[in-house]
Amino acid sequence: MKSKVNRELPDDLMNKLDYKPFETTEIGHPEIQRVAPKVHVSTGDDKIVDSIKQVVADTVKDGMTISFHHHFRNGDFVFNQVMRVIIDAGIKNLTLAPSSLTGVMNDMVIEAIKAGTITNITSSGMRGSLGDFVSHGGLKNPVIFRSHGNRARAIEHGDIKIDVAFLGVPSADRLGNANGMEGNAVFGSLGYALMDAQYADQVVLLTDNIVDYPNTPASIKQTQVDYVVKVDKVGDPDKIGSGATRFTKDPKELKIASMVNDVITHSPYFKDGFSFQTGSGGAALAVTRYLRQSMIDNQIKASFALGGITKPTTDLLNEGLVKKVMDVQDFDKGAADSMHTNGNQQEIDASWYADPDNKGAMVDQLDVVILSALEIDTKFNVNVMTGSDGVIRGAIGGHQDAATGKLTIISAPLVRGRIATVVPDVTTVVTPGDSVDVLVTEFGIAINPKRTDLIAALSNIPGLPVYKIEDLQKMAEKRVGTPKPLEYTDRTVAMIEYRDGTVIDTVKEVKD
Amino acid sequence: MAENEERLRRTMMFVPGNNPAMVKDAGIYGADSIMFDLEDSVSLPEKDAARVLVYEALQTQDYGDAEMVVRVNGQDTPFYDNDVKAMVKAGIDVIRLPKAESAEMVQKLDADIAAAEKEFGREAGSTHLMAAIESAKGVLQAANIAAASDRMIGIALSAEDYTTDMKTHRYPDGRELEFARNMVLHAARAAGVAAFDTVFTNMDDTEGFYRETEYIHQLGFDGKSLVNPRQIPMVNKVYEPTEAEIKNARNVINAIQEAKLKGSGVISMNGQMVDRPVVLRAQRVMKLAKASHLVDEEGNYLEK
Repeated sequence: MKSKVNRELPDDLMNKLDYKPFETTEIGHPEIQRVAPKVHVSTGDDKIVDSIKQVVADTVKDGMTISFHHHFRNGDFVFNQVMRVIIDAGIKNLTLAPSSLTGVMNDMVIEAIKAGTITNITSSGMRGSLGDFVSHGGLKNPVIFRSHGNRARAIEHGDIKIDVAFLGVPSADRLGNANGMEGNAVFGSLGYALMDAQYADQVVLLTDNIVDYPNTPASIKQTQVDYVVKVDKVGDPDKIGSGATRFTKDPKELKIASMVNDVITHSPYFKDGFSFQTGSGGAALAVTRYLRQSMIDNQIKASFALGGITKPTTDLLNEGLVKKVMDVQDFDKGAADSMHTNGNQQEIDASWYADPDNKGAMVDQLDVVILSALEIDTKFNVNVMTGSDGVIRGAIGGHQDAATGKLTIISAPLVRGRIATVVPDVTTVVTPGDSVDVLVTEFGIAINPKRTDLIAALSNIPGLPVYKIEDLQKMAEKRVGTPKPLEYTDRTVAMIEYRDGTVIDTVKEVKD
Repeated sequence: MAENEERLRRTMMFVPGNNPAMVKDAGIYGADSIMFDLEDSVSLPEKDAARVLVYEALQTQDYGDAEMVVRVNGQDTPFYDNDVKAMVKAGIDVIRLPKAESAEMVQKLDADIAAAEKEFGREAGSTHLMAAIESAKGVLQAANIAAASDRMIGIALSAEDYTTDMKTHRYPDGRELEFARNMVLHAARAAGVAAFDTVFTNMDDTEGFYRETEYIHQLGFDGKSLVNPRQIPMVNKVYEPTEAEIKNARNVINAIQEAKLKGSGVISMNGQMVDRPVVLRAQRVMKLAKASHLVDEEGNYLEK
């Protein structure tokens, strides 16, 4: 069978896993039945546990689904400590269902797969040695990739049934009231972990900082927590920040950023009370700076900024240019600290942020969103998952979710080194072209032909050339040549879900 | 003077000829002239590789309307001959001679270009040249250098070597360059070629860059040599004509057309005669206004 973006999906796996192919970006108004977790009733006086070993022995059994969050990013000390104990305990056939996997977890995941401890994975993404391992067929069952909003949906539906959630926090009290804002390894919003805390049958907090009861503000509440484990260190504060606050000096990134800003400010959405999401990365941060100046020049204020938050965005909040920041994760310490001090920076969970099966998610209210791409094709389909070698090296993140914004801008260079970014067909479709509106490259922009309103609004901006996306693709090909097609085996190593739980594409094992 | 039609040369961007990424991206920043460097930014072991890279880039990459310039190695080096031959063969617009100190050096380059044009079947006279003034001797010879060849399109002051030669260094106020700047500018204007000011290397001193650019704009330089693409929009901003200048230029040009229609040799505007310098200035203002996206195709001022 095929998904609507014309990708062949393997019938056997689709039937076995009870999947439907992707049809449309429209969610409609279905009625959804959510699930509820088991509750092991407690008065709360026996939650403190001294060792991970003991709590693993009490909670984790063969065949279970366990979860983690990735808010510590590459400063995470929790995942490896817990997985070490689980592997050594000889537990088998686990499904690993973290909000995402970061580089520091790679070696441990590979070891756990080889030991038979982990046999299934669902994640937002994976990179480095783990992506390489999976793409070369290292895991028998296909990885299920889900966006942040889709993970929330899947948890609420019971598609992901978490038996035990291991959640690291920089501060918690003895009953499990916890937040991400106080302590040594602070990361700010606990947005993704809040889903696990709410829906997992058993919730284990790990902290290096047990504070007096009751700990406030409490993002995770004592009503949700079964165990609190004291560990030496939950994370390395120096590696939590993604380094994203660096203001780029790369002239190409700056050029793209100023063109993105031109697109925003000439669009019908740039008016008082608009909302936006910029994400992290050099060009996105530069856009925030250009946008700030345009907002000042035009006396325009934003009603809210959404998503993963960085210091340049919280600076806009402090300047009064943005009225609220709706914060599902913080990419740097500046943004994390700001959540603590500024009441207008609201912590939101992944469901509130982006879950499609909701009574209204924040992304539905989003006017302008700037997203990146590893590849974008002439149908405006975007790949943020696999490299030009076909190997997994990315994450869906909130890409599919935020792309439902009213003006979705993909900001990407035409070519990276000797590799084209604008291609005839992306290696892996993650975000369907139907939800993408404008591509901005260093040479000019392309507008999705379905957006005739935007073509009218953006076609006569001085110094901003408008191309057909087919022409940009040809320009890229002229520069870097035509690559040989990738070779794969018949084996499926990953399924890419759309945010509604249908399958939009798959990743095949690469042939070397 | 190489050509009658004057082109805008506000920005001449230096691009190290041995850096493939920078050579590939050189066309995206809107520089009026792109100058690939085979000389000082390329180390000795990389001289041949850089020449080949620039040659290939000129064959395969699209640099739009930019004027393509290559700075070859000096005539006292073993790389000069091959540089000139390869660049003429590649169809470069302009060859820039470093460390020019005499009319003879320019005439030698002229002759070498002519021979290469013949050897590689290029149209005779199609390759232009320019000279960089980098020493006291060069400054004093500027007038002769600027007038030494019909291929000459402009001369450039290169202040790093010049200030060393003068036993000084660069100061924020630029007073050490006053004489050289005026000599180069006068030599260029007397010969009817372009004048390029020197580079400004401190990327963190935006204020100083604007101050220097405004100063050389006031003196009358065509533009500035640049080491970083981020400086291009800043120079262009300084060279942007004002709304009043554009509207006035528009009136002058309308008056010319009116006079032409009437068959009158005398152009008058608001009862006053318009003389040639006013016409030339108006044409240049309109060209700058178009390049700065301040007017539409018909020359109507675009409200910001």
